[in-house]
Amino acid sequence: MQNISQPAPNRTRWLTQETLVAWLFIIPSLLGVTVFVLVPTLRGFYLSFTDSDLINQASFIGLANYQRLIDDPQFWKSLAITSTYVLVNIPFQTVLALTLAMAMWRLTRSIVVRAIIFMPYLIPMLMVMLIWMTILHYDFGPVNGLLKLIGGPNARISFMGQELIIPTIAMINTWRYVGYTALLFFAGLQTIPLELYEAAEIDGASEWRIFRTITLPLLRPVTVFVLITSLVGSFQVYDSVAVATVPSGGPGDATRVIFWYIVNQAFVRFNMGYAAALAVALFIISMAIAWINMSYFRAGSSDLG
Amino acid sequence: MSEQLSHDLKLSRTKRRKLAGRIVAWVFLSAWLLITLLPLWWIVRMAFSTQRELLANPSSFLPVNFTWDAFKRVLGTIPVSEAIAQGGYSRTLHFWLYLRNTFIVTAATVLGGIVFNAMAAYAFARLKFPGRDKIFNIYILALIMPTVLNLIPNFILIHQLGWVGTLQGIIAPTFLGSAFGVFFLRQFFLGLNRDLEDAARIDGAGIIGVFWHVALPISLPPLLTISILTFIDTWNNFQWPYFAGGMGTQENATVLTVALAVFRAQQQTGLPDYTGMMAGTLISLIPTILIFLFVGRNAVDSIQFSGIK
Repeated sequence: MQNISQPAPNRTRWLTQETLVAWLFIIPSLLGVTVFVLVPTLRGFYLSFTDSDLINQASFIGLANYQRLIDDPQFWKSLAITSTYVLVNIPFQTVLALTLAMAMWRLTRSIVVRAIIFMPYLIPMLMVMLIWMTILHYDFGPVNGLLKLIGGPNARISFMGQELIIPTIAMINTWRYVGYTALLFFAGLQTIPLELYEAAEIDGASEWRIFRTITLPLLRPVTVFVLITSLVGSFQVYDSVAVATVPSGGPGDATRVIFWYIVNQAFVRFNMGYAAALAVALFIISMAIAWINMSYFRAGSSDLG
Repeated sequence: MSEQLSHDLKLSRTKRRKLAGRIVAWVFLSAWLLITLLPLWWIVRMAFSTQRELLANPSSFLPVNFTWDAFKRVLGTIPVSEAIAQGGYSRTLHFWLYLRNTFIVTAATVLGGIVFNAMAAYAFARLKFPGRDKIFNIYILALIMPTVLNLIPNFILIHQLGWVGTLQGIIAPTFLGSAFGVFFLRQFFLGLNRDLEDAARIDGAGIIGVFWHVALPISLPPLLTISILTFIDTWNNFQWPYFAGGMGTQENATVLTVALAVFRAQQQTGLPDYTGMMAGTLISLIPTILIFLFVGRNAVDSIQFSGIK
């Protein structure tokens, strides 16, 4: 009815139809993102202020879960274990990936080489753990077999023992992800104009200087992306721990990372409210990591302008 | 003459240094290729070994007493008594069922992802409607927000729907696509020349017709990319299928990764059936390997893409 007064009724009708089709197109996707990504985040915050346990009616208990979290020695211990994991995993993975990317970039464009380097990423973390657990097995793993051959039975290393389990898992994780990360760096290297290198070479700059003043700064957007995703991902480490160790987070309590503790509270003890508070803590850590990276590296802005 | 000589010498010195650098780089790259390939060989080596003799030959490079037993055990083609005699685990592994479950979950997620991501991406890139850019900000938000908070509320939602321990419970959160998928495909549509679409529209095609007959067919490469990424993620996923699928207690909702984890967890004492686990791992890798062989280049390129989002 309103259309009658419009100067271009056809156009208005077309617009209406376009709007209608557009909504038809976006509604399923919007529903998915809202119901399973955005609302759960809000609900997660809300849950952390309740004593939800999946069975009884949840009631609002204010900051009690957070008070408990601050007084909970297991939370701080889990945070320390997770941090150890991150501190081994991230430097190794990032430096190794960058070195591999540089080597590939210099030596070969072979898709086969890239494919092999990338292959571990195709194997589920869980199975990667199973493979390495057999390879590093104290009694019948080939690595300890070799060590025994060289230095006798005492030269063997208990990779899965209480002391080394977290660094071991971190290194195994590096093995799986380094190819993926190297490909990201490799893609980044390809965007750097070759003229820059030619100019530097004519000026007689050393390899190290070229790397420091050209390659590294121009890779910054990729580096920030890699650091944010791998740091945030590392703080959420769970799959590898779940299979490497018995459900109790053993050996001893050596692998009780934060996510193990969240899962333990949520799905073993059904303390959904407290588990949500732990998750909020991890959420805040993740946001802080992203924010620090973004502001420290002035992300998004490449020196290429 | 001597000046020329010293110049040559200097040149060859830089050349030599460069050559040395290349050799070091090759050694490094080859070493890493070896570290990558050896564990993959170890899967094959263990899967074809005889379980009972594994301990006696821990470091042999070839399978210990080559046999298909582990595969037979895992696929359930031999009776349980025989499996136990081989050193396998007494609980039968319903491998085909887990494989079927994994296929259903992955197919639904990949297909749902293609359809709903493409539709939404097309609307955001090409159609004009009020509030479009504001609504798209929701996607940006979903993309940059850490997902760590989502596990528990999503589990509670699935629990309230009564879907814990069912396949639809596993599929639900990813069936309608992802913020990344919409974002990625929207970028593609934005960069696409719209002449073809305009021409089709002038010829009288409707919006849906243009989307279906013009835009989608020329979008096959990015659709393949997003499908490969979704496939790898879903096929390999453990955490969500584990909790939503009832932590391995519901056979009908147990995917392969979960089955293998449970299989492993139940064998904490004694010598676990390592050959069986490796055989299972190897079989579960077949679809990924096939995809990799056929569209390997595209897969590698896809991964490189994902970093430039």
